[in-house]
Amino acid sequence: METITKKSEHFPLVRDRLKNFHGKQVLYVSWDHHTMICAPIALLVEPDMTFGELVQQILPGTAFAKHPDYSRIDWAKVEWLSSDHPFIPRPSTALLAQGLGHKSFVRMRTPGLNGIAGTGC
Amino acid sequence: MTNFATSKPPVHKMNLKEKYGLMTRDLAWETSYQPMDKVFDQLGLEGIKIHDWDKWEDPFRLTMDAYWKYQAEKERKLYAVLDAFQQNNGQMNISDARYVNTLKLFLTGITPAEYNAHRLFAMLGRQFPGAGAAIACQMQAADELRHVQTQIHSISQYNKYFNGLGDHRVMNDRLWYLSTPKSFFEDAISSGPFEQMIAISFALEYLLTNLVFMPFMSGAAYNGDMATVTFGFSSQSDEARHMTLGLECIKFVLEQDPGNLEIIQGYLDKWFWRGYKVLGLVAMMLDYMLPKKVMSWKEAWQIYFVQNGGSLFNDLSRYGLRLPKYWEQTVAEAEHLSHQVWNNFYNFTGAAAMHVWLPSDEDMEWLSAKYPDTFDKHYRPRIEHYRELEAQGKRYYNDNLPMLCQVCQVALISTKMDDPTKISHRELDHDGEKYHFCSDGCRDIFQAQPDKYVSAWLPAHQIMQGNCFEPGVDPEASGFDAMAEVMKYFHVTPGQDNMDYKGSVDERNWNEWKGFTKDSETKSS
Repeated sequence: METITKKSEHFPLVRDRLKNFHGKQVLYVSWDHHTMICAPIALLVEPDMTFGELVQQILPGTAFAKHPDYSRIDWAKVEWLSSDHPFIPRPSTALLAQGLGHKSFVRMRTPGLNGIAGTGC
Repeated sequence: MTNFATSKPPVHKMNLKEKYGLMTRDLAWETSYQPMDKVFDQLGLEGIKIHDWDKWEDPFRLTMDAYWKYQAEKERKLYAVLDAFQQNNGQMNISDARYVNTLKLFLTGITPAEYNAHRLFAMLGRQFPGAGAAIACQMQAADELRHVQTQIHSISQYNKYFNGLGDHRVMNDRLWYLSTPKSFFEDAISSGPFEQMIAISFALEYLLTNLVFMPFMSGAAYNGDMATVTFGFSSQSDEARHMTLGLECIKFVLEQDPGNLEIIQGYLDKWFWRGYKVLGLVAMMLDYMLPKKVMSWKEAWQIYFVQNGGSLFNDLSRYGLRLPKYWEQTVAEAEHLSHQVWNNFYNFTGAAAMHVWLPSDEDMEWLSAKYPDTFDKHYRPRIEHYRELEAQGKRYYNDNLPMLCQVCQVALISTKMDDPTKISHRELDHDGEKYHFCSDGCRDIFQAQPDKYVSAWLPAHQIMQGNCFEPGVDPEASGFDAMAEVMKYFHVTPGQDNMDYKGSVDERNWNEWKGFTKDSETKSS
């Protein structure tokens, strides 16, 4: 079946291109076994922010910090995934420089901390 | 001109068959100034082949004049009841003011969808060269408009007494959770004519309609809302006609050409999944919002989809159709769906246009009995934690924006099939951009038509792009409060239309009107 489509710079309309976020980028973060935070959070961040800054400056201001497990996290033991694959972040490297570009998805696991009373909530 | 007053009555009174012929089928004609395929120019685009439009059967054989007569009669009855409801302050007879929140969800989520259905069928009626199909679509377009009007009129009585019902049109366009039903209809309305028909007439009206109307209407009846029950009954007779149109369409198309099967099955797979994702709101409504409960989401899904849908697909298997892809997943997820959707609203009540509340002990017992395998294990501990926090005055709110699925636009709240404590996530790289999905079903839909879904208006991203402020707002101004400005854009008044029911204006008014004292204020009448 032949269809006629007009290819132009306006089609298709990609609504969430990086340039539409005024110099910032979107980063999604999820915390496995902590479903009190009902969904991964979407953060608007500077692409040259380091991973260490994300952990030390941004996450404490998010819904994650309201979870009773948050204050007990041993950050040295946190396991990270990027796009669902194991990932070892470099704390002093910029997000973009370690492959965490626009709309990247980072997942964290905190061994030993598995939600409210260990139920995964 | 003939003088009708003095001329003799016509000798021959038409019988029903002649009338039907003259007033439906004979209204179609072969065009001569323009070729037929130019006049009906969308028909060839989907690859569906129709060889003989005359094979379209109209099970109802309804003529236009009979249609107007029936509908007028229904309206007279409906408005007589609505008048009585208003004059007798029927809104005071509901089980509890919490119930009104289901109406807020209905008016902002479903009523605008009926309007979109009206637009869709008005356009579809223009697209089919077969008179039988065209007239059925035109009648349905008028029906849907009637539903919009009667719903607004019925619920307007509640708008005089309760918050959150004042601006359904703008809310439907802008509020984050309403982008799910809104995008469902916009996806349908921008599809080819046959896909529209399968999406709305078959997947929605035939396969899933009971899961939308039954919970709301039975819920209304159980909770003493006679206005909603009455418009529900009034619509129901139209729905029967709509369902028949959906079934007739699918049989007609499949009988016309063997090549149509694969396309139709693809539409069915897609629209079943799209519809299922919208129904998450109904699941929450049934399990968490009705003060007097009708049945659980799991039971509703079992009866209306697994049993009724299953026997429907048994009938349709002779055409080669099978049950929609991933249907088994929806059955397994019925154990979790309502709990996860409710948690989404508990997290983000600050940005909604309705109230939330924690289930009572009695509600928890009910949930535990209805969901013996999942509620106590996975969901009760979370609710008990919320209770403790509320008791300490530290109510938990999520002030972040959630990650949304590119297709269904629901936040990524669904969990993995083998682990309800891990979020389900699918990802694709397409044309240099990353896209995220809640499920295989949504990812497949994207992959089939990426050019369509890359343009999705995802509320979380739109807020971050600065597109959800009213005109003239300056984000650079000092003291700029982004979320407060977003609420203005949503037309939501914080603390009045949203947040917890406990302590709300709705609760205070209700207790005052009903004469409840402080001790009995959480009890229903």
